[in-house]
Amino acid sequence: MGASNYLLSLLLLLPLVGAIVIALSPRANVGLQKTLGMAFSLAAFAVSLLLVSGFQPIAEMQFVERYEWIPAYGISFHLGIDGISLWLVILTTFLTPIALLGSWSSIADRVKEFNVFMLLLEVGMLGVFFALDLFVFYIFWEAMLIPMYFLIGIWGHGRRIYAAVKFFLYTMAGSVLMLVAFLVLYKETGAVGFGLAELLQRPVEPGLQFWLFLAFALAFAIKVPMFPFHTWLPDAHVEAPTAGSVILAGVLLKMGGYGFLRLAMPLFPQAAMEMAPWIALLAVIGIVYGALVSLVQPDMKKLVAYSSVSHLGFVMLGVAAFSTTSVTGAVYQMLNHGISTGALFLMVGMLYDRRHTRDIAEFGGLKTVMPWFSALFLMVGLSSIAVPGFNGFVGEFLILVGSWRAFPGYVIVASLGVILAAAYMLWMIQRVLYGEVTNPKNEKLADLTPRELVVLLPLLFLAVYMGIFSPQFTRTIEPSVAALVRDVRAAGAPVHNAAALPAPAPAR
Amino acid sequence: MPQGLPTGALEDALLMRAPFWVLVFPLVGFIVLALFGDAMKREGKSNWGGYIASAMALASFACAALSVSRLMTLLPGEQGLRFAQPYLGFEWIDVADFRVPLNLLVDPLSAVMILVVTGIGSLIHIYSIGYMHEDEDRVRFFSYLNLFLFFMLVLVLGGSLPLMFVGWEGVGLCSYLLIGFWYKKQSASDAGKKAFVVNRIGDAGLILGMVMAFTWFGTLDLVELAENAGSKPAEGWLVFGPLTLVALALFVGACGKSAQIPLHVWLPDAMEGPTPVSALIHAATMVTAGVYMVCRLAPIYSQSETAMAVVAGLGCATAVIAATIALVQTDIKKVLAYSTVSQLGYMFLAAGVGAFGVAIFHLVTHAFFKALLFLGSGSVIHAMHHEQDMRKMGGLRKHIPWTHWTFAIGTAAIAGVPFLSGFYSKDAILAAAHHHHHTLLFGLGLATALMTAFYMSRLYFLTFWGEFRGGHEAEHHLHESPWSMVGVLVVLAVGAIFGGYIPIPAIVAPVFRLPIVEEAHDLLVPVLATSAGLLGIAAAWYAYVKQPDLPAKVAASARGLQRVLEAKWGFDLAFDWFSSKVVVAGSDSLLWKRVDAGLIDGAVNGAGSVVDAISRGARGFQTGLVRGYALVIFGGAVLLLSYLLWI
Repeated sequence: MGASNYLLSLLLLLPLVGAIVIALSPRANVGLQKTLGMAFSLAAFAVSLLLVSGFQPIAEMQFVERYEWIPAYGISFHLGIDGISLWLVILTTFLTPIALLGSWSSIADRVKEFNVFMLLLEVGMLGVFFALDLFVFYIFWEAMLIPMYFLIGIWGHGRRIYAAVKFFLYTMAGSVLMLVAFLVLYKETGAVGFGLAELLQRPVEPGLQFWLFLAFALAFAIKVPMFPFHTWLPDAHVEAPTAGSVILAGVLLKMGGYGFLRLAMPLFPQAAMEMAPWIALLAVIGIVYGALVSLVQPDMKKLVAYSSVSHLGFVMLGVAAFSTTSVTGAVYQMLNHGISTGALFLMVGMLYDRRHTRDIAEFGGLKTVMPWFSALFLMVGLSSIAVPGFNGFVGEFLILVGSWRAFPGYVIVASLGVILAAAYMLWMIQRVLYGEVTNPKNEKLADLTPRELVVLLPLLFLAVYMGIFSPQFTRTIEPSVAALVRDVRAAGAPVHNAAALPAPAPAR
Repeated sequence: MPQGLPTGALEDALLMRAPFWVLVFPLVGFIVLALFGDAMKREGKSNWGGYIASAMALASFACAALSVSRLMTLLPGEQGLRFAQPYLGFEWIDVADFRVPLNLLVDPLSAVMILVVTGIGSLIHIYSIGYMHEDEDRVRFFSYLNLFLFFMLVLVLGGSLPLMFVGWEGVGLCSYLLIGFWYKKQSASDAGKKAFVVNRIGDAGLILGMVMAFTWFGTLDLVELAENAGSKPAEGWLVFGPLTLVALALFVGACGKSAQIPLHVWLPDAMEGPTPVSALIHAATMVTAGVYMVCRLAPIYSQSETAMAVVAGLGCATAVIAATIALVQTDIKKVLAYSTVSQLGYMFLAAGVGAFGVAIFHLVTHAFFKALLFLGSGSVIHAMHHEQDMRKMGGLRKHIPWTHWTFAIGTAAIAGVPFLSGFYSKDAILAAAHHHHHTLLFGLGLATALMTAFYMSRLYFLTFWGEFRGGHEAEHHLHESPWSMVGVLVVLAVGAIFGGYIPIPAIVAPVFRLPIVEEAHDLLVPVLATSAGLLGIAAAWYAYVKQPDLPAKVAASARGLQRVLEAKWGFDLAFDWFSSKVVVAGSDSLLWKRVDAGLIDGAVNGAGSVVDAISRGARGFQTGLVRGYALVIFGGAVLLLSYLLWI
């Protein structure tokens, strides 16, 4: 198994090399650039599947690589994955070619740069999931921002500059605090370096934990995004090109939850356990608030964006409840959200390609003119609102079951999200698909092309497959989660027993 | 299911496989029709849709019959529950201690249910071939119908609550699709959406019920739940112990699916769907799912007095209120819809007083006569070219004799005319209420029986008797339906007559794990029930045949009551007001525009402006004047120095 020792580096290098090759390609040859982008991203996907086949269902880090980088500060290029990151990595390598194919014809301007940025973005995202060194984590975390900033700023729509700057500043505000926290942590732990494993050995004293956790939590909460740090998301989504939205919703929003699980909670277990009720409170507000605001959006992309706030509220509720079941459900729900919401953004993009509008009121009666689009749109919508048989239900249900002991009141409130989700999704579907074709511009719309079908079918297949065969995924997620939950709970609650978390005024 | 079979579990090779085939056929039918429907339509072979779907339904029925007959031969003579749990070989969900294997449960209760679902389901498929033969999109219709059958069978066969929930939401989805089948009509897509969203309110309760049940009982397997039901107290915080909370939360789900007050508002609107859908989904099968679930969990419900009181009370209230609304409806299908709501309330009344077997009994007889009545009304609507207003009908018995006679049988059955199916099940419900000394429930039940007989006879007389009121043109076009439809009516009429002779309560009794109570037979209840039924019929005959101008006079003298009933007691108004004025308007003007755009984004942009303003201000320092810089440097140096000296 010699090659498997370098799989993670190879996965970082493939898109990076791809980006360089495309950058060096002749500008006029747009077809070549697209083909190269697709080829490299597909190659990365293929390589990432080797991770799945070689992965053992155990808690430990696997495919670990470590190279000395800046020994003076104890910084090393330390990579590895466990059950929490494995499927997020696959999601990243899976969505990148899908997003590229999805914008095959809609991106006609600066195709070269577009492919370069998409591949660089992939490198950044993978790096975040691989990093086992805080310094490396931070580098990739920031590196990820830059391509996304350009994707929104160059290929976006009307208010793209405003949206791009807002996105950038919002996230930067959080990550600067995180950087400060990194440095404090480095000093406090005796400057052993930035290696995650070393830092975990040296817990910080509880008073400081609180502030450091707060800094981390803010950075991650903005990224999730949790209420009330979410207002960059609708703008970023509306202005971003389809591919940007897909990656943003599919992968970037997962960074927040991942950051909580990988860094904030294990590094500061006491603070995490103390703050968990507040995180859960914001999560539950997000579930209901996001769904309610989603209900009244006139723009399809905004509707889907606010629905993400609601869905990620579920994820964060599961993270905050911090039981093996709820956290496994949260990780699973991150994957599900990536697939369903990714597909929703792609389909809204397909409508935009045809009509150059995303205004719900502009549509109506599409079922008559685009029957296949309509059938798929309905299915994707159902998977998004967690109808059992689709993926979303398994994740949501695991989160609710696993969160009851910690936050029964919040679980009851969260169940409102189940009702509201049906309302906003079916209302949009009704206004877009049903009724007579009233707008003459919609009379001649073409149904899905073969390319679009190729983009959507894998997502739809996964939505159903993950809805029926969930243990094939959760069995690899669970051991790592169980170990995490055990360690954090043991370290986080020395006084009382871990099961009895104090909850702020349960909202019954 | 491996390791340690529970008591009563059978290990029979046939029962381990055949139930899966019950599910497979309709699923295959759906997939084939969904994928090749377009091709069939293009080739002008749309009729195949009905043939394929009906064949799949019949095949499913055959497998169901095979499984049930096998189960029956294995049942012991004496008391005792026997069941089989076919296991597909893998888990659906398996995280930590939360495990949901894909297994079914075949016992007398699910046996009765799958026979009803596939039997009546097959008949309605066949009926639909004729009813839908002019609709261009009929392949799509049949694909949904097959999908519905699949989910309904998952609902009644699922071996655990989560699997039941798969069917539960699945049938809700199919109901949504079929109510909105004529999607170009705004009212149809509105009704579909309303059905789904209101059902989701119930589903949220069901989800919470499952979450609590798993937390406190450690399992969601139906057999294990039944066995462990006694392990948790019914009372705790006041009357709300774990057992009661689980039962009540699950009952919210039952109220949604089985259209109990106040979640009944979706069912009358659901009549926007094609009439066979109303018969199959919104009368005979799906809407009874809540009754099925409560009876399935009888070991839990029966231990909580509070939950039982709620079930019986709400069921009774629904029965009465829906019956009063049915009195004034003029749309033939709306009368039947409110009648269904009322009859479902009757079933909950039975379950709530502990007569679970009787609830299932009424579920079965109701499935026969209500499917018959809906399909009969479909035949009327077919004859009338999609006119549903009874005020434009009349005298139809001469034009559509087969429909008329079968409809008369259905009406007599629901009215409780002796020796027809409805008589036996309704009598059993009233007897149960009477024997448990629930005088109020018994009285209201009796009043409902009277009203039921009245409004159904009103419907019957308005439609089939008197003179035709639809004009000459329409009268000219009146025609009896094709044989595929009439034949189904005849079969169902036979069921409506003889369905009461199947000893359903005795067959399903072991499932509830309750002590068998010897019922004392007295004549009081049947005499009162029969009198109520006959009185209702006679009154309707007098008011709508003998003295046709009487109803208008009565209505004029009780204007207020008339208005309340026509406004359906205001439930729909309240729902519409709450959803549009509170939820939507509040989200729009308050949450989105004020909180999100105003407050939060205002703060964010405000912070941006502050930074901007500071930068602009700071720019003023860069004047380019060296003297100014020197001054600042000097001042800074002084400050720094004093600071250093001071510490």
